[in-house]
Amino acid sequence: MSLSKIKFDKKIVLSFWIILIALIIAAPTLLPVFRLNLLGRYLSLSIVALGVDLIWGYTGLLSLGQGIFFALGGYCAAMYLQITSSSEFPNNIPEFFALYGVEKLPFFWEPFRSPVFTFLAIWIIPALVAGLIGFLVFRNRIKGVYFSILTQASLLVFFNFFNGQQKLINGTNGLKTDVTQLFGQMVGSESMQRIFFWITAILVIAAWFFAKWVVKGRFGNILIGIRDDEPRVRFTGYNPVIFKTIIFSIAGGLAGISGALYTVQSGIVSPQFMTVPFSIEMVIWVAVGGRGTLLGAILGAVFINYAKSLVSEALPASWMFIQGGLFILVVTALPEGVLGWIQGDGPRNLLQRFGLKRKIETYPSLEVNNKEGNNE
Amino acid sequence: MNNKDLLNLIDITVSFEGFLALNKLNLNLKKGELRAVIGPNGAGKTTFLDVITGKVKPTKGEVIFKGKSLVGRKEHKIARLGVGRKFQSPRIFENLTVKENLEISVTTPKSPLNLINKSIKDEQLIEIDRLMKIVNLAQKVDSKAGSLSHGQKQWLEIAMLVGQKPDLMLVDEPVAGLTDEETDLTADLLKSLSGENTVVVIDHDMEFIRRLDSNVSVLNQGTVLCEGTMETIQKDKKVIDVYLGRPED
Repeated sequence: MSLSKIKFDKKIVLSFWIILIALIIAAPTLLPVFRLNLLGRYLSLSIVALGVDLIWGYTGLLSLGQGIFFALGGYCAAMYLQITSSSEFPNNIPEFFALYGVEKLPFFWEPFRSPVFTFLAIWIIPALVAGLIGFLVFRNRIKGVYFSILTQASLLVFFNFFNGQQKLINGTNGLKTDVTQLFGQMVGSESMQRIFFWITAILVIAAWFFAKWVVKGRFGNILIGIRDDEPRVRFTGYNPVIFKTIIFSIAGGLAGISGALYTVQSGIVSPQFMTVPFSIEMVIWVAVGGRGTLLGAILGAVFINYAKSLVSEALPASWMFIQGGLFILVVTALPEGVLGWIQGDGPRNLLQRFGLKRKIETYPSLEVNNKEGNNE
Repeated sequence: MNNKDLLNLIDITVSFEGFLALNKLNLNLKKGELRAVIGPNGAGKTTFLDVITGKVKPTKGEVIFKGKSLVGRKEHKIARLGVGRKFQSPRIFENLTVKENLEISVTTPKSPLNLINKSIKDEQLIEIDRLMKIVNLAQKVDSKAGSLSHGQKQWLEIAMLVGQKPDLMLVDEPVAGLTDEETDLTADLLKSLSGENTVVVIDHDMEFIRRLDSNVSVLNQGTVLCEGTMETIQKDKKVIDVYLGRPED
């Protein structure tokens, strides 16, 4: 289930990185601004997908509520941008407050005047919220489909709360960022968007290496152990609650970073980030790309979203059918996802079927062992 | 109960909504003892292990291990105190390699921080090598555990159990599905483990139990029917009635 299945030549790896870095540097000159901005947004989505892969692909926790943490990161970034750009508005507070007759800044906005606080809050707040939700759920041994339902219910709670708080965070309208200022420049401007693209590209690579570091070695093996047979992990002397809380918290932090980057590149954060379909889409990106591969999560997020925008431009309203079909195809034909299929024996089997490659001689696989023991 | 005992089960009763899986079960184990537990289906053999390892909380009664009560403790805490368990069907991590499986079992302390920060200790690597030799899996170090044969899986799980260095090993049907030769090897392995470790073996296979050459406890309807050597229990009238069956007259 890992990349180690295919051993690449060092030279190939090196040239891959050189081409990748060259592409990232050159992307702003190669792509029109509109496309560059889209690519940047999709790359930022791949960070939340990495988190989904860590908790679902490795640890077996299917969360349908990652939108909570994604939106929290986005709100943190947007609050900072709004508040630092509000000097010409009445009472020196963001413009929207005037609509609801609010004259004093709500207390929780205050710390967001600090760029350092904001920078930390973007990932720490979602990580803490995820850690708290996770700990309570995991301690009570809620798992499987009950866990998924619970995360989706939490998502709806957060959605409804954010949607209704006009006087605190502009409710359903959300917080705009594209007309705000950062370091004396308009956030929505072309030069800023170029910088955001580069920051995003670097953070995607950093997040990828971080995720690889988390799952390598014994820590990652325990995560896989929890996914495959949690009681066995417990009887070996490990406390799965702690491990699951940590990994869920990490995924929450990644979602926060992802949400912040997505917000500054799309120009707004709103409760729409916490809708049910969006969080399910995150799971689909990972399922299609390949669970438990990390790289598959990145590629899945970028390619599916790019396909979504291209299809929507050509054939409006047909994307939902294509996305649904893609998910069904993957679940039935490629349960390991596209990357998992490539890394496994997928291509060889396909070539064999068309007689293009000889079969490898093996013993017929014997199904001696049915997993009846795993009945908890 | 005396000081030499490693484990005492005192009047253990487990009731599943009125059904008594265990009924005032008493059992004492000495340090270094090898004990076989047999009994017909539904006698409560697996529930008995579940109570010791913390999976099932007894309705009544006390479990004393090394002078401490185990009742109400979490499974992973009981495991850390020194109770290891091998399951009925082999429960190994099939998506990990043989070596990774053993790493999980020999690693101490079992905290996330230790796992993510530090690499495995040298003495633990030596221990893994030793275990792989004992169970004849040295050539399979980097194979996925899921690709092993059934017998090899059983042995890997026994190796994982030993790697945990438990004071008490609970082994549930270690020879189910093994060939005769493998069964003999397993019996020898378990015998060699006792003495230093305390081992409880649950099984149906009478030949295998005889080969263990240990004290036998016979469970029936959630309670200990009789205890003694294989010869004693084979002559016991109650045991013959409920379990061994009468020879034809």
